[in-house]
Amino acid sequence: MSAPLKETAPPPAGRTSAKAPAKAGERRGEGVTLNAFSHGFLALWALMIVLPLLWLVLSSFKTDAQIAGSAFGWPENWTFDVFSRAWEKGIGDYFLNTVVVLVFSVPLTMLFGSMAAYVLARYPFPGNRFLYYFFVAGAMFPVFLALVPLFFMVKRLDMLNTYQGLILVYVAYSMPFTVFFMHAFFRTLPTAVFEAAILDGASHTRTFFQVMLPMAKPGLISVGIFNTLGQWNQFILPTVLMQPQSGDDPERYVLTQGLIQLQQQQGYASDLPVLFAGVTIAMIPMLVVYLSFQRQVQAGLTSATLK
Amino acid sequence: MRKGQYRFVAGFLLVPVALYLIFVIWPYIQTFGYSLTDWKGQSQTFSFVGLDNYEALFRDDIFMGAIWHNILFLVFIPVITILLALFFAFMLNAGGRGRAGGVSGVAGSKFYRVVYFFPQVLSLAILAVLFRAVYRSDGGGMLNGALVKLGLVDADRPVEWLNEPDFVLWALIVVVVWHGVGFYLVLFSAAMQSIPKDIYEAALIDGASRGQSFFRITLPLLWDSVQTAWVYLGIAAMDMFILVSTMTSGEFGGGPDHHSEVMATVMMRNFLYYGKSGYACAMGVIMLLLTLILSVVMLRATRRERIEF
Repeated sequence: MSAPLKETAPPPAGRTSAKAPAKAGERRGEGVTLNAFSHGFLALWALMIVLPLLWLVLSSFKTDAQIAGSAFGWPENWTFDVFSRAWEKGIGDYFLNTVVVLVFSVPLTMLFGSMAAYVLARYPFPGNRFLYYFFVAGAMFPVFLALVPLFFMVKRLDMLNTYQGLILVYVAYSMPFTVFFMHAFFRTLPTAVFEAAILDGASHTRTFFQVMLPMAKPGLISVGIFNTLGQWNQFILPTVLMQPQSGDDPERYVLTQGLIQLQQQQGYASDLPVLFAGVTIAMIPMLVVYLSFQRQVQAGLTSATLK
Repeated sequence: MRKGQYRFVAGFLLVPVALYLIFVIWPYIQTFGYSLTDWKGQSQTFSFVGLDNYEALFRDDIFMGAIWHNILFLVFIPVITILLALFFAFMLNAGGRGRAGGVSGVAGSKFYRVVYFFPQVLSLAILAVLFRAVYRSDGGGMLNGALVKLGLVDADRPVEWLNEPDFVLWALIVVVVWHGVGFYLVLFSAAMQSIPKDIYEAALIDGASRGQSFFRITLPLLWDSVQTAWVYLGIAAMDMFILVSTMTSGEFGGGPDHHSEVMATVMMRNFLYYGKSGYACAMGVIMLLLTLILSVVMLRATRRERIEF
């Protein structure tokens, strides 16, 4: 730990005891200006985050004419009609599509991801290292590399524009991070508990589900939040895989796709408040998840990058 | 290992490995093969054309322009984001008026951390809608509205943020920075908090100013996180598909007149719009190569002696 200490400035050579109080006063002055300075910048950035979002939510209460007229008019009639209009105009369907996909994809991601991670973390077998790197390597490549063959693969399986197709693809693409994270987690769990369970006659499968998985709960929560956010916000995969294949096919757009769809329709029939209301509706679950799991979200996303 | 264990291991690995192979690994590998064909994607008939697609790529001005835009993003996005995040993280953790000469965070740093991080949980699609509204080219746009109010812009001739070739890339950079700063701030904060306080105190006693303690203590000890941030931001700058394709004009974005094109948008247009699957695959391979080169170069360039504490 001596390296950085050596780099710090040595005390000024000619420093006398008479000079010391002046120096301390200087530092206090520096502290005060710095404090005001830092608060100013911090508050400014906080405003720059909050204001556009508030402005957008407020805009959903305005009329089209008001929106086009001036950016800073105050909405005149506070009706919530626009939210039900947005819901009926497609946001409801997009929302439900996303929920249907995530209800299956997130638990399946967690299940398969932890199964693979558990076996790789705790059972030595030939090829273990290879398989681990095989899983983790997937995180290094841009998804664009796979898009064209992926489209035809899903098409050949007859799963384009179906929920199950998107669910399987989400699970597969969430594997690298989930395996990576849970692998690290299962390694830290005590071996004694595992041995006790086996000695008591539990099978390996049972030990996993009834002993190890519950012990890994904190890790599961972090990965779960991360996967939920990631899959909820996914845009590229559904853009390629969730297009109606013929005119009779139902639109199975997910929320992100649906919002962009709505935005593009604005070019033809202007109904901006509906679009803004749609964004507000899409923002609320994220805000709720984030505020209630704020610490885990930050910790989960940071540890995702730190490795 | 006993026989029962092999069965258990194989059983647990079967589904995850199968899914991963079918939907991730196999498509990755196939891309290389398809990139050597003139496949249109409509039928299974295609012929081997060797490196023709790659040769055509180098003569494709739009794709070459797109690479150039990606490089611009690559230079500016990480630098601006990391500088801002470092600045704010240092303010949050060491900007406060230290009692008894110590170093402390500013009041309300918890609140700031929560607010700053929020854009990170919003989807990029939401950002696209939000910033299209902010950048509207009439008085109804937040930016133009504010500038008109301040008298900086003529109300009859507002700025066309997203349709002006000179502005469009910057407008996009602002969105990415707005989105990313909070995340990297939290990342750097976590690293800063693990630096022992007595190091700062020792430096203060030795007469170091705050600036000195930042550059001589904080930054060197944070170098690992900065390096990670650099690589991740670099990879994000190579992508940019969502924002460009949804905020700028044209099929899959790229407008005005290809001034904001990135590799990903050119690729998606060729694949989904023109149906040139083989050609799009060649672009995918180029994107992979550039991303790999980028990671290696950045990891090498930022390599320092690791400091343990």
